[in-house]
Amino acid sequence: MSAILGRKLGMTSIFTDDGAFVPCTVIEAGPCPVVQIKTLDNDGYNAVQLGYEPIADRKVNRPRAGHFAKNDVSPTRHLKEFRQLVAKVKNGDIVTVEIFATGDKVKVSATSKGKGFQGVVRRHHFGGVGMATHGQSDRPRAPGSIGSSSYPSRVFKGMRMAGRMGGTRITIRNLTVLRVMPEQNLLLVKGSIPGAMNSVVEIVKL
Amino acid sequence: MHPKVKNIETMASAEAYELRKAKAGDVSIDIPSFRPGDTVKIAVRVVEGEKERIQNFQGVVIARRGSGMNETFRVRKISNGVGVERIFPLHSPTIQSMQVLKEGSVRRAKLYYLRGMSEKKIRQKLS
Repeated sequence: MSAILGRKLGMTSIFTDDGAFVPCTVIEAGPCPVVQIKTLDNDGYNAVQLGYEPIADRKVNRPRAGHFAKNDVSPTRHLKEFRQLVAKVKNGDIVTVEIFATGDKVKVSATSKGKGFQGVVRRHHFGGVGMATHGQSDRPRAPGSIGSSSYPSRVFKGMRMAGRMGGTRITIRNLTVLRVMPEQNLLLVKGSIPGAMNSVVEIVKL
Repeated sequence: MHPKVKNIETMASAEAYELRKAKAGDVSIDIPSFRPGDTVKIAVRVVEGEKERIQNFQGVVIARRGSGMNETFRVRKISNGVGVERIFPLHSPTIQSMQVLKEGSVRRAKLYYLRGMSEKKIRQKLS
């Protein structure tokens, strides 16, 4: 089992042994109980379901309470499945940050910060149109032409335009684990990861 | 800042201190408290190929910025008639030792106005 759930706590920088100053993200990860193991025969696909953050029994709704009771695991706030992982775990096992070691490469997935309705310059890195002077008053951040005229007489699907930005699932791969601190359930990952502070993140070993 | 991130910073600065101590041994002393305007002497470890040696940098602190692990300070000196400025991370393990030679008396936190001044003017300003 080489995946875990956690929370992004924030960023700081640390010095490595050779004196380099590297930025890092602090993630509080696990302990995550293995709630269910899904198999090809039984469920149609292979997956390991992990829970994260224990909560009181009264906060769990009945269907979930039943699910936890059936698998004999105390309730957690979050449940997440990880597919296609070489799983040598069984029900009720606890996954901790100790599955990672310093120097491991990981990928981190989370929901990115929502940016609201954004124009094309911010959203798709368009350059904007025209100049600020020579009589142009309202064009610097405009999208420009969005297609031809009588043929095709329509705008192609997928044309990049203004709209909602952020708030989607983003994965960042090839991040290095700088440090593992099992007694505090903390993980230090080099660089930045998606999501706001305190948002739930998935960390998978590459 | 999350308290646990704060803890990491405390830990990281302690580690940098240990790293400095491990390299420098008894020579290492704590970073003294200092402020802009002070004249300081910093012993920096520089790596040249295989070898490591100590280089002294003496000058006037003209700015401090940032907080926590990201705090840095800027030192300015006149070397052979050319102004040289260097930025040091406050917690950097490459700083072997540091001492305050003279305290300055200035009213500003950022002394960028010293850049355009002659050495004599600077001496007057700092006293």
